[in-house]
Amino acid sequence: MYEKLWNSHVVAGDPTGRALIYIDRHLLHEVSTPQSFELLRANKLTLHRPATQLAVADHAVPTRARTLPLPSGLARNQVALLEANCAEFCIELLPLDDIRQGIVHVISPEQGFTLPGITLVCGDSHTATHGAFGALAFGIGASECGTVMATQCLWQNCAKTMRVQFDGILQHGVSTKDLILALIGQIGAAGASGHVIEFAGSTISAASMEARMSLCNMAIEAGSRTGLIAPDDTTFNYLHGRPRAPEGPLWDKAISSWQKLPSDPDSLFDLELSIDATSVAPQVSWGTSPDQVGAVDVPVPHSFDGSGTVKALSYMGIEAGRPLEGLPIDYAFIGSCTNGRIEDLRAAATIIRGRKVAPKVTALVVPGSGEVKAQAEAEGLATIFKAAGFEWHDSGCSLCVAMNGDLVPPGKRSISTSNRNFEGRQGPGARTHLASPATVAASAIAGCIADVRKCL
Amino acid sequence: MTKFSSLTANAISLPDDDVDTDIIYPARFLLITKREGLARYAFADRVSNGDKRIGDGHGAPILIAGRNFGCGSSREHAVWALAALGVKAIFAPSFGEIFRTNCANNGILAGIVAEERIAKLHMTANAGEEFSVDLTEQTVSCNGEAIPFLIGEAERKSLLNGWNETTRILSLHAQHIAQFEQKQRAEAPWLWANDTKKECTENV
Repeated sequence: MYEKLWNSHVVAGDPTGRALIYIDRHLLHEVSTPQSFELLRANKLTLHRPATQLAVADHAVPTRARTLPLPSGLARNQVALLEANCAEFCIELLPLDDIRQGIVHVISPEQGFTLPGITLVCGDSHTATHGAFGALAFGIGASECGTVMATQCLWQNCAKTMRVQFDGILQHGVSTKDLILALIGQIGAAGASGHVIEFAGSTISAASMEARMSLCNMAIEAGSRTGLIAPDDTTFNYLHGRPRAPEGPLWDKAISSWQKLPSDPDSLFDLELSIDATSVAPQVSWGTSPDQVGAVDVPVPHSFDGSGTVKALSYMGIEAGRPLEGLPIDYAFIGSCTNGRIEDLRAAATIIRGRKVAPKVTALVVPGSGEVKAQAEAEGLATIFKAAGFEWHDSGCSLCVAMNGDLVPPGKRSISTSNRNFEGRQGPGARTHLASPATVAASAIAGCIADVRKCL
Repeated sequence: MTKFSSLTANAISLPDDDVDTDIIYPARFLLITKREGLARYAFADRVSNGDKRIGDGHGAPILIAGRNFGCGSSREHAVWALAALGVKAIFAPSFGEIFRTNCANNGILAGIVAEERIAKLHMTANAGEEFSVDLTEQTVSCNGEAIPFLIGEAERKSLLNGWNETTRILSLHAQHIAQFEQKQRAEAPWLWANDTKKECTENV
């Protein structure tokens, strides 16, 4: 599939073996593009195809009691700059008071901006998310964002391919978030470096688009350039009728093209890996890299293949040789581009219904978009969360990246559905444990890291 | 972009594996919309925790790093902050892929040195001795020993020539792009449905 996507986007080659790849869609957010627009101005460049660009503010925006205009400060200036840049260069921006606003990787599929068979880039490493639709989607730097806006192209080296096959029915309480954490734990934070991972197998075929997006979203945490899943009826049903998806005769034409995207049965991959999905337990990270992770009920290892084990354990304030289950927490966060979609909120609400957040635990739900928020309210999920003592926020990146006012204080322990447990990711000195929405929900109720299988 | 010529300088050793871009440039400083003057934010949280190896205005033209250096977020601020500290070349056994591309786009050499040779570079850096970097020969030398490094051929040429990749694509490949677009319009017209809407008239 990667080769098909690659071959259908080659514009030119060069003697070093690179290819100039055509970029069909570009997502912009406020943080990674100010300097891209500077690059355009400095070189007196214009936009090649404004219609292929879509902008939204998500990283810097406050999610707690959001009132407009935003309070004065750097975030307000940054959002205003995105608005001004989009107006100047004629790029469509979804404003903060629009129901379609949200995390860039949540709103793009929702709006049907993400489609199978396309190349899609964004100045954000979690762009891998869109690979769930059979799109070649990857994160780029700010300079490259400028290059894409001016030329609609990027020079790329062809990656190697890796197929990860998940088969079987997941245990109750286990989700694709647990699968991707288990995979990263197995192959390491650079285990798929130089590769593109294609996820396949019966577990993936049975998974919803939301579950597939959670999986592809974190492919980057294994060093992979992106994740890919073959488009099928689940994909087409998700996209049909979305605002920017093709309609009428164009839809039929698109479908017949998309049906040719999946890898041929005799395709060869540079690396192949098969994982029995039925044996995967709920996963929780214990260190400061996403590959420092294990089953919730298994002791944290004494040694780990990497130089940072002792340092990571010291930063996290935990001991090797004991399982994470039972470790008291201060914060529980449900949201982010990994797990801020409606199905994630449903999974968490199922655990929370009729229960209360443990005393002294700050628990928050931050829907990935205005649409997710509205749907969760319509389904009564918001009522369940609020009755249990969860804060119910407006959409944005929130506690996945500590730059918008949501913050875990130094030394405090957080269990989080986000994607990175790096030092300081949720605030200077904050200690982050990555887990699924169900595990975070169960832990918020228990007041300590919990095995969700025991709550069902 | 300025051309990368030869470089003779001292280095800082930072052997930790998986030094991510959140460590290099903490997220809260991403609210800054300029790319200049970011030196003071580099490794800010490590510095405030007493790790003074790099940051707080202290840098060196060469950085010897651990495995998977610059993994994680695509933030180019990490590269701009290192550049502001005077870093011109980084050597490591492996890099985060987006970070490596960001280095190339800012005229910084990111060279891959084999695992078994990197220890020697760390020792030399810690001894305060000088290195000389030769991008044409793809070697980094210390104490008379030339250690080879890997870099993409395209990145190497771009660094040596100081090319601006964006304007270069436009001047060399405009016709290729037009040909591709004509073909895609015919084969995948649904990707072009919005381009028919009225074009922007403001300023452009």
